[in-house]
Amino acid sequence: MQQEPIISVKNVDVFYGNHHVIKNVSLDIFPNEVVALIGPSGCGKSTFLRLLNRMNDFIESFRMNGQIYIENKNIYTRHVQVEKLRKNVGMVFQKPNPFPKSVYENVVYGLRIQGIKDKKYMDGIVESMLQRVGLWNEVKDKLHQSALALSGGQQQRLCIARTLAVEPSIVLMDEPTSSLDPISTATIEELIFELKQHYTIVIVTHNMQQARRVSNKTAFFYMGELIEYDDTINLFTNPKVDLTHKYITGKFG
Amino acid sequence: MIPVTSKFKNNRLKDKIFRWYGFLCTLTGVILLFIFLYSILAEGLDRLNFQFFTSLPSRKPSDAGILVALIGTLWIMILTTIIVVPIGLASAIYLEEYGKKNKFAAFIEINISNLAGVPSIIYGLLALEIFVRIMGLGRSLLSGALTLSLLILPIVIVATREALKSVPNSIREASYALGATKWETMWNAVLPSAAGGIFTGIILAISRAIGETAPLVVIGAMLYITTIPTHPLDDFSVLPVQIYNWLSRPQKGFIENATAAIIVLLGITFLMNSVAIYLRNKWQSKVKW
Ligand SMILES: Nc1ncnc2c1ncn2[C@@H]1O[C@H](COP(=O)(O)OP(=O)(O)OP(=O)(O)O)[C@@H](O)[C@H]1O
Ligand SMILES: [Mg+2]
Repeated sequence: MQQEPIISVKNVDVFYGNHHVIKNVSLDIFPNEVVALIGPSGCGKSTFLRLLNRMNDFIESFRMNGQIYIENKNIYTRHVQVEKLRKNVGMVFQKPNPFPKSVYENVVYGLRIQGIKDKKYMDGIVESMLQRVGLWNEVKDKLHQSALALSGGQQQRLCIARTLAVEPSIVLMDEPTSSLDPISTATIEELIFELKQHYTIVIVTHNMQQARRVSNKTAFFYMGELIEYDDTINLFTNPKVDLTHKYITGKFG
Repeated sequence: MIPVTSKFKNNRLKDKIFRWYGFLCTLTGVILLFIFLYSILAEGLDRLNFQFFTSLPSRKPSDAGILVALIGTLWIMILTTIIVVPIGLASAIYLEEYGKKNKFAAFIEINISNLAGVPSIIYGLLALEIFVRIMGLGRSLLSGALTLSLLILPIVIVATREALKSVPNSIREASYALGATKWETMWNAVLPSAAGGIFTGIILAISRAIGETAPLVVIGAMLYITTIPTHPLDDFSVLPVQIYNWLSRPQKGFIENATAAIIVLLGITFLMNSVAIYLRNKWQSKVKW
């Protein structure tokens, strides 16, 4: 059952000024996969992730060579509408970053941007998205209170709900649990597991166990190079490259 | 061992001395303020009756009131706000979010800091030439409001920029990642998050504006006027000009009027500053980054 990849990265190099941070990386990601990106600090995981929704465009010194296709469209051409791309490729950040608005307004932020005003429709989205991230029962009485009053784990799930509300097909997550306690982390990991029915997920993590638990495939980066990319089980139990073996057994990093 | 301990002791002593010195300095300011408030209140409080608020100026101190000046001050507050808010916000947003790295913005930035330090009477002279003479607005409320807008524009710009700076980048990223454009991000995420700081800055700037006398005297605010302004192009007076006028009269009764008017002006300023502080605290407790 060979499908088309939903994300296809071809020979990508990234520079910040003269600093070469992604080196000739190619990789394909298929629909409804969860791909974990692992590697030591500074190896370029975040940079790589942010290529996929063009969040690096904001960095002045950023330059890139190569092509990235998402749903068969090269996203680095002049004709691409970056805003449309970002609706389709959502992103969850390392630190929960809800807007200083109500829970409700956080979820509908992306809808309002699109000019949607239909209250019934938005009410429906708010409920279904909060259900989807398992937050509905906890916040259904506080929809109009500030999102900043929620706990860190709740805030992060709210940020996920907010991302899902604009109906992306791909969700990028950059160490989404690194600032959370173990219980919130477990909740979010379960959530990721459920989300892959509907979305393709790319997740950066420093936690090997997490990568093993949530992902189908794992990509190991080292100093800007993609060292190994394989099914998660294979990569963790039977790595083909010595460097990968050293990294996952904690010999460095 | 020994030198270390003695140095340590020495520092503690210095700390103690400084603490007392600082306390006394602070106290001086507070005490002087209280003496000032007390003497003003003692002299002017009796004069603050209904007649005082509802009467036009008069040659007889006991018939005179602040109605014209009070309404003039309210007009000035409103007009100045209407003029300064859009210009100040737009400039601040441009400088902080759009023009960050270009030479022109850097040039403007230096000049804004300089403008904030220009004595207010100079603004009066500038305004006399531009608004009163060249633009032909005369000695009107509008001229006055434009003058004061010019005067407080740097304050509003600086305060707004500070407020925008304090909005963490993660908020902007969150908005962009949901498919918002820069414009949408500004309006829907950044400005609402910075609103507390911006409002505080505007209120403090306006409260500074309504206390200004010199530039308004230069452009010709009326020292003696008995008609209530009903139109932005009407002649006007404001509280500080009225106070200045009364203080320059020899009769004891007018001095008393002036102190009473000072109480009113102080009251308005204190009220505005309290609102500003309230807003700041409210926003700070709500928005903890
Ligand atoms: N805005 C930037 N400007 C210049 N260099 C940058 C910038 N952001 C990252 N870098 C550099 O690019 C390299 C890759 O950084 P990146 O953030 O992608 O690493 P990472 O793998 O996500 O690390 P971590 O695990 O610590 O998050 C690093 O050497 C970093 O110093
Ligand atoms: Mg990173």
